[in-house]
Amino acid sequence: MSLETVPEEIADESVGISPSFDEVEPESDEAPESKPNFVQRFIESKKPTKDTPKNFLKAFWPPVLGIVVFLVLWAVLAPRVETSLGELPGPVEVLQAGGDLYDEYQASNEAKAEFVRTAPAGTIYTGPPTFLDQILTSLRTVGFGFLIATLIAVPVGLLSGLSDTFQRAINPLVQIFRPVSPVAWLPIVTYIVSAVVTGDDPFLAKSFINAAMVVTLCSLWPTLLNTAVGAQSVDKDLLNVGEVLRLTPIQKLRQLILPSALPYIFTGMRISLGIGWMVLIAAELLAQNPGLGKFVWDEFQGGSSESIARIMFSVFVIGFIGFILDRLMGVAEKFVRASQGV
Amino acid sequence: MNVPSIASQTGTTDLVDITSDDNEPKHAGDSQKLRCAGVKKTFKGAGGGPAVEALSGVDLYVRDNELVSLLGTSGCGKSTLLNIIGGLETASEGLVEVDGEQVVGPGPDRGMVFQNYSLFPWKSVRKNISFGLEVAGWGKSDRVERVNDLLGVVGLSEFAEALPRELSGGMRQRVAIARALAPEPDILLLDEPFGALDAHTRRSLQEFLLTLWQRTRVTILMVTHDVDEAIYLSQRLYVMQSHPGRIAEEIEVPFGESRGPMVKRDQRFLDLRDSIEDQLR
Ligand SMILES: Nc1ncnc2c1ncn2[C@@H]1O[C@H](COP(=O)(O)OP(=O)(O)O)[C@@H](O)[C@H]1O
Ligand SMILES: [Mg+2]
Repeated sequence: MSLETVPEEIADESVGISPSFDEVEPESDEAPESKPNFVQRFIESKKPTKDTPKNFLKAFWPPVLGIVVFLVLWAVLAPRVETSLGELPGPVEVLQAGGDLYDEYQASNEAKAEFVRTAPAGTIYTGPPTFLDQILTSLRTVGFGFLIATLIAVPVGLLSGLSDTFQRAINPLVQIFRPVSPVAWLPIVTYIVSAVVTGDDPFLAKSFINAAMVVTLCSLWPTLLNTAVGAQSVDKDLLNVGEVLRLTPIQKLRQLILPSALPYIFTGMRISLGIGWMVLIAAELLAQNPGLGKFVWDEFQGGSSESIARIMFSVFVIGFIGFILDRLMGVAEKFVRASQGV
Repeated sequence: MNVPSIASQTGTTDLVDITSDDNEPKHAGDSQKLRCAGVKKTFKGAGGGPAVEALSGVDLYVRDNELVSLLGTSGCGKSTLLNIIGGLETASEGLVEVDGEQVVGPGPDRGMVFQNYSLFPWKSVRKNISFGLEVAGWGKSDRVERVNDLLGVVGLSEFAEALPRELSGGMRQRVAIARALAPEPDILLLDEPFGALDAHTRRSLQEFLLTLWQRTRVTILMVTHDVDEAIYLSQRLYVMQSHPGRIAEEIEVPFGESRGPMVKRDQRFLDLRDSIEDQLR
């Protein structure tokens, strides 16, 4: 297909997904003693090596070394950079900034509890969001945007995988919109959302929708493309079997195409989620959605001596959450692959 | 539709068990199950190239309860012909009839088995076999009974819940055969069913197919390029030649229905093989 394929088989992820029973020794009527189901296989595949201390050391010294070298370089070089807000914070200062953020969170929690105890019933606490609140907002925004993206991309991808005409019809649009930066989408989205969304539902604030829609627009494509590839990759003989059984189009989709495409869909979703999280910060920053992006922006605007350290801390948090999200999708992907026998 | 039913068997079934069936072997009826008349197929040349005449006027028939082979070297149009009979492709010219009715498209009355098993990788053995019945609207209890019977017939009762990839190639192909048999087809169309198997497994599956046929008397049209296999298994065989694909010769195999591996040492077997191999060369 010409939709530029991205079945991203991340090499180190795809090894050892499941022990292959393929091409076992020639025909024997004896049972292979055990027939583990996919859950067992899945769990087994997660434990490739024994946990001896030696293996542990072997596996961990390179990453540990990498981190240590990074921290040392950082600690040595940072003080030499003189910014308008003082010298660049080193690891220790950033860690302290993290501690401060946590303290603020604790304090704000107490204030809130105090408010709930004393304020008359029915009033809503409206203190400033804490760092943790902002993280949760960001997660919700990405989750929502990603969900919409998936709901659009999977059906469209399936359709374009099934119909050559449809694929050719949307191909130029996909090619053109795919590389567009979130920053370019935002103004357009903002105008449209302002025109369409009315009312002041606090759970669907415009800034939230704006940021989420930008996430959607940017994270749509990998899922769409991979789904299309998956829908086209269905074994031809299997389709013939479907013909012989006279499957209805719905049955064909449900029983043949979707199961075959599922691993591709998950690979696409994983890439999409990564992109969604990456563009979120920019989207929030511009949309003033009260998440991590806004936190970074506000700190930048505020410009206190602690700001750089706080921003640096949030960079680590953003990276770490992105890493966790990717791992979660990776786990889901492996699970689906194991269950589909692919 | 006169489909021989498969005697119900429960529990483990040894392949050998199939032979010791006490049904009187039915003799091949005179009625024609399948008839092809003047079947032609021309493929448009790829990218404006010259058209390929894959089949030029094929006539053949398969009697009720007969096992017939289509024998020919690769590229001579065997799969094309079988796919036309199965309804997966349409003939450019000519007629295909099953039980006197013209074939217009694929359907479960013509069960198909392909070289590469083509099982649903995500369905257990049982569900693979049962799926077609479900689609055809069989009731649950009928389905269960039918699938259990078939599992016994193909000797895979113990593997009912296994996934295809947990099975050897030979076992997978037996599942594929059971799946094709499930909706009680008029005829079974096999396209090089043992082509992907190693020599040992191949022999054991030939034995399996022969006993399956001897016992159930399901009508079978099998495509193969293996001369020994064609002679050993079939009542009759058609030798095909290529460019353009056509039937060169029809041969009655001179061995009875209850033949066994011994016939492979029969002088007539060896002579027949030599003459066919000369022809294919
Ligand atoms: N879809 C197709 N388009 C064009 N040519 C085809 C197509 N299918 C088969 N052919 C050609 O028809 C001939 C017969 O093919 P096939 O029936 O697959 O042979 P066999 O099964 O005997 O090996 C071959 O020359 C092949 O290249
Ligand atoms: Mg072929």
